[in-house]
Amino acid sequence: MAAIIQGIGAATALTSPNSLDIKKSFLSISPRSLSVRKGSSFVVSSDGRLSYGLNGRGGRAEHFITNAVAAKEDTAAASTSSKPGHELLLFEALREGLEEEMDRDPTVCVMGEDVGHYGGSYKVTKGLAPKYGDLRVLDTPIAENSFTGMGIGAAMTGLRPVVEGMNMGFLLLAFNQISNNCGMLHYTSGGQFKIPIVIRGPGGVGRQLGAEHSQRLESYFQSIPGIQMVACSTPYNAKGLMKAAIRSDNPVILFEHVLLYNLKERIQDEEYVLNLEEAEMVRPGEHVTILTYSRMRYHVMQAAKTLVNKGYDPEVIDIRSLKPFDLYTIGKSVKKTHRVLIVEECMRTGGIGASLTAAITENFHDYLDAPIVCLSSQDVPTPYAGTLENWTVVQPPQIVTAVEQLCQ
Amino acid sequence: MALSTSRRAINQFIKPLSSSVYATRRLTSDSTATITVETSLPFTAHNIDPPSRSITTSPNELMTFFSDMAEMRRMEIAADSLYKAKLIRGFCHLYDGQEAVAVGMESAITRKDCIITAYRDHCIFLGRGGTLLESFAELMGRKEGCSRGKGGSMHFYKKEGGFYGGHGIVGAQVPLGIGLAFAQKYSKEEYVTFAMYGDGAANQGQLFEALNMAALWDLPAILVCENNHYGMGTAEWRAAKSPAYYKRGDYVPGLKVDGMDVFAVKQACKFAKEHALKNGPIILEMDTYRYHGHSMSDPGSTYRTRDEISGVRQERDPIERIRKLILAHDIATEKELKDIEKEKRKIVDEAIAKAKESPMPDPSELFTNVYVKGFGVEACGADRKEVRATLP
Repeated sequence: MAAIIQGIGAATALTSPNSLDIKKSFLSISPRSLSVRKGSSFVVSSDGRLSYGLNGRGGRAEHFITNAVAAKEDTAAASTSSKPGHELLLFEALREGLEEEMDRDPTVCVMGEDVGHYGGSYKVTKGLAPKYGDLRVLDTPIAENSFTGMGIGAAMTGLRPVVEGMNMGFLLLAFNQISNNCGMLHYTSGGQFKIPIVIRGPGGVGRQLGAEHSQRLESYFQSIPGIQMVACSTPYNAKGLMKAAIRSDNPVILFEHVLLYNLKERIQDEEYVLNLEEAEMVRPGEHVTILTYSRMRYHVMQAAKTLVNKGYDPEVIDIRSLKPFDLYTIGKSVKKTHRVLIVEECMRTGGIGASLTAAITENFHDYLDAPIVCLSSQDVPTPYAGTLENWTVVQPPQIVTAVEQLCQ
Repeated sequence: MALSTSRRAINQFIKPLSSSVYATRRLTSDSTATITVETSLPFTAHNIDPPSRSITTSPNELMTFFSDMAEMRRMEIAADSLYKAKLIRGFCHLYDGQEAVAVGMESAITRKDCIITAYRDHCIFLGRGGTLLESFAELMGRKEGCSRGKGGSMHFYKKEGGFYGGHGIVGAQVPLGIGLAFAQKYSKEEYVTFAMYGDGAANQGQLFEALNMAALWDLPAILVCENNHYGMGTAEWRAAKSPAYYKRGDYVPGLKVDGMDVFAVKQACKFAKEHALKNGPIILEMDTYRYHGHSMSDPGSTYRTRDEISGVRQERDPIERIRKLILAHDIATEKELKDIEKEKRKIVDEAIAKAKESPMPDPSELFTNVYVKGFGVEACGADRKEVRATLP
């Protein structure tokens, strides 16, 4: 019950301009998250995850953020001390992560359109060019295919470029480079070359940007073997995932969202790196597992407020890792709630939700009490008109209806 | 490698003629006496002063060129028979006729300079230090191949040799090459990158994008167009409005080189390396010719006449040119050169035999090298219940 009350208080805070205070994840270990893994038909390897980037703190469970938003009581306690950490917006968090990595490793460089002197079209790279020079923060001409190829070639020699697509949709022009060279070179060279590149950029449906500027590229890239895909949704995970992606020796595509750049959150001062393959427990619950990522997380949390008022207890997981899926966290949740709702911004056909539905059905079929419901955007080009655009993506009332139907 | 074998071969077969002749012969073949040769054609230049036509070389170098090119030629012919015997499958693009480009380029640069090319990569791989065994094993898909059998004909790589492949998609390797040059500039090393492509790829947009960026940032990149006059089955005059590929750089200087003359190639590459380190990119157009079709599935005679092919073979063959030079300067006899070729045939056959014995990759290799070790997913068998492999 405590969780529900916390959820209500938290959800009201969410709808106002997003000032999020989060509990330090290391301090709060929910007992639920430490449930022992019974012998199951699907075995998940956790070797890679434990050893990577956790700053020596063992145990995956400690990195759950049990609440995306803090309850009022906790903020009162925290504010008596001089508010640890610092507040920033999501694009500043990305910049902070990038800057820390560039300080730490001289082979990290940035390339993209308008990233240097202009400071980045979404200000993610603002101030970096004067600090690191024009070669390390490179303004490229408008030639996505070749500057992505250039980044991959540089990565083959050992540099760690961060390639920015001004909008993810423009990276369609670089699809050949991303698919054939970025994803496959490690394999076709028999392991001789590794490609530690990060390809990042904003995507998703924005505010009436039109069809070509509102694309969800995660569905197109998900089949490429050899790449990893992550989607950030809060300043905290944006910075952590940016750092993890840069440190990874594999090519990582980091999906940001145009509408989330101005989210504000208080994050810790100490350095932290998140795990690329891990999902985030946003709100633990009992009745239904809602899987989401990126902007839809906020629609889900808004719907969660309504659901909680109606007496439901949804468990919300931000999957974060789009390739590979964190089937460990997801599976644990499915085994607990037995009902799954996927809320995504990709289109119905061939989106992340479609793959996730298949993965869950294959692995956890025995644990499902009802068919998986997947709410996705409509299979249409995103229209310009505001009302039509709203109807293309999933809205909170639809999520509430879906949960009600699922939980009957 | 090649030099010691040729020396041994020569010494073995020097007949004891009159002592003075014997002495002269020994002298020229063992010494590094300089010989001056002239390239067959002058260089044609665009926006730059061409280098000189006369080049100094030595008997050693001549013998090395002959030996290396003979080995490459032999390897490609052997690959042809292997393909027809169905031991090599898929695509196989042969380089015979174009050996001078590979050998000439290699002689002008170091292993720290990078070379990247498209799918006609077997001989360049050899030039960069690849072995015959690695070549044939990779072509036949065996474990001992340079890419562990997982790349195939179009994906030869040798990291230690500075050879970055081996790419199947036409033109996609040029931006990669610019990236290699960018990394060289970034790390302030005084090395260059040779990004090679064909006359067919010269019409790709990404080439011009890459050229623009290389020129903008003065990257040490040399774009080498191996113009064999046919883009698959389409002659260059049917595909390009302006087949003067060396001029296509506009603001980037270019040089047209006789690609069948190994000395012209060497001179041009040396010149280009100096230029690129100081002034940024330069385009080299190598006027060359391939005797085989585009690939093994192309007979090569539907879009050109057999007379044309044999004409080029008679007049411009790179190995014949070196042979004539060697004989003219009395560095070796006709028989010695024939023996070298026989020796090459032998080592190629040995490599093929060894490669045939090499095992196929393990089934577990299906999942290795997808991700760098420490990350990845698990793969389940068809029944989705049993874990078959843990991806490294």
